[in-house]
Amino acid sequence: MQKSTRFGPFGGRYVPETLMEALLDLEKAFGRADIDVAFQRTLSTILTEYAGRPTPLTCCANTSRDLGCRVYLKREDLLHGGAHKLNNTLGQALLARYMGKSRLIAETGAGQHGVATAIAGAVLGLPVDVYMGATDIARQGLNVDRMKLLGARVIPVHSGSRTLKDAVNEALRDWVASVGDTHYVLGSVVGPHPYPLMVRTFQSVIGEETREQCLQKEGRLPDVILACVGGGSNAMGMFHRFIDDPVRLIGVEAGGEGLDTGRHGASLCAGTEGVLHGALSYLLQDAAGQIADTHSIAAGLDYPGVGPELSHLKQSGRIEVAAVTDREALDAFGYLSRNEGIIPALESSHAIAHALRIADHLGPDDIMVINLSGRGDKDVGEAAQRGGVPG
Amino acid sequence: MNRIDRWFGEHTTPAFIGFAVAGDPDPETSVRVANTLVSAGVDILELGMPFSDPVADGPTIQRAGQRALAAGTTPDEVFAVARAIRVSCEVPIVLLTYFNLVWNRGIEVFYRDARDAGIDGIPIVHMPVEESDGVREAASAAGIAPIFLVAPTTSVVRQEAIIARASGFLYLVSVLGVTGVRDRVAEETVSLIRRVRCRTGLPLAVGFGISKPGHAAACCGAGADAVIVGSAIVEIIERHLDDEDAMMDALSAYIFSMRAATGAKPG
Repeated sequence: MQKSTRFGPFGGRYVPETLMEALLDLEKAFGRADIDVAFQRTLSTILTEYAGRPTPLTCCANTSRDLGCRVYLKREDLLHGGAHKLNNTLGQALLARYMGKSRLIAETGAGQHGVATAIAGAVLGLPVDVYMGATDIARQGLNVDRMKLLGARVIPVHSGSRTLKDAVNEALRDWVASVGDTHYVLGSVVGPHPYPLMVRTFQSVIGEETREQCLQKEGRLPDVILACVGGGSNAMGMFHRFIDDPVRLIGVEAGGEGLDTGRHGASLCAGTEGVLHGALSYLLQDAAGQIADTHSIAAGLDYPGVGPELSHLKQSGRIEVAAVTDREALDAFGYLSRNEGIIPALESSHAIAHALRIADHLGPDDIMVINLSGRGDKDVGEAAQRGGVPG
Repeated sequence: MNRIDRWFGEHTTPAFIGFAVAGDPDPETSVRVANTLVSAGVDILELGMPFSDPVADGPTIQRAGQRALAAGTTPDEVFAVARAIRVSCEVPIVLLTYFNLVWNRGIEVFYRDARDAGIDGIPIVHMPVEESDGVREAASAAGIAPIFLVAPTTSVVRQEAIIARASGFLYLVSVLGVTGVRDRVAEETVSLIRRVRCRTGLPLAVGFGISKPGHAAACCGAGADAVIVGSAIVEIIERHLDDEDAMMDALSAYIFSMRAATGAKPG
């Protein structure tokens, strides 16, 4: 168990005093659960029999032919709920029960984490309140209805930019008042210690499986792995197992309307160091330290911060970072749908768009893995409005 | 000597600490608000530095922060407001801020600028003692009191750690939750004051949810050295946005009523 609360200089625990003891308790409980055979067996069983792990590593024949390299998709879109988020919410909900907490709260952007928390709450018998920005509620109606159907309460957030950042603010305000009986299921590798470590640990199953599957199919490790980055949970879940391997790891951020327009969500590409939601990380902010409004076609990437571990891996040069515009993501959304019969989430479409870009530099024997973090059914309406669906 | 230490050294009656967001509704009016609070009998002035993401604050102070930001209240502007207040009085000034604004300016620069603006103490909302080495060093170099919060959830072990590192006063968070007006002082508030009181000689200031004379009296009766009133003051400002003179009159009347309840004799 990691003793430090930081990754290099990043991370820490910048939280209101009221939450400190809860975070220390959480850290202890997570440390115990991490080595508790019974807990791990329960988690493993529920991931296999309920959530549908392992997810396939799909070799994409059409795309491989088109791009001139060997292209694989890690199919987190096939996980129950339609995204990688359930790996983390099942882990945290089990942990909440392990700690004797009787209620779950969560924030959500695209709605995938909210849905995944609602699913975990339903199956494990814990009531769930989900905070969601009013702007995101308007553009992710399907997921709002799914959460309600799953028995969760969806609480609209009207403050600030009415997106993911504000949903986190409101969830934190709830938690400060309810910390005695409530566990905050944070959805990404952000926030105060131990969240970045804990969420990465629960998501690491993605990279573990990918590594094994690639060795089995190809007899060697991939050359390049791409994942989209909002807060960074699917990216860290994928990258973690490959950190010590000679594999190019590329995090792809929301370029929005272009990095030069200021309307984007690319904290690793264009941010500076700062403290938001409990941790020091790269951050989009103005000269005085006020947090910037962000923009992305993908609600799940529309966030001004990014995980501390990703910040560290970027600073140390271990990972590459790139940004993809709304337009390019929308094109990739259509490309994968047509070519492979798989509709990707707009978030994951960012990783695909960058894969299309870098394929020119790869040879026929090079292996490229793209983490397909979620399915795109939730985005079809939004894509159609923006001309991303053929007429 | 720091003005906060001097105030508590010279007074045996409890302090009334009044809070307003610097720059609410705009920097110029906010100086007038502060001067009104001081003339009406606030013993220690607490200014909030507006931040885009005020996670510790309830709706009332969130709206005040938005008004201040909309009026162009940068940290530079907040220091200018403090300097303008300092011109006419020696009241201790405490600056409540969020850590990103400190970090972004550079921790040492922030504390130096705060000292030059006449600020005496700085509590940072998201700054548990565990992360505070840098700010305590900068605070000490600038002669500013690093003020820490103690919550009802704070364990005895961490209370001791906080007490060992704090100066000026301890900011007791009276209830679990964000800032905002509440009906009554909770039993947990009284019990928190008693628990901390027996561990330290540092002055204890109770905040979050204190708005009525009865609250102040209950806290002081339990052993608090000060009460901090924020949202109730900010609500008065908000109710009189269209009439500045009425705003000042209402603030004065409210401070008089609260001050009587802390047991302090009018200055």
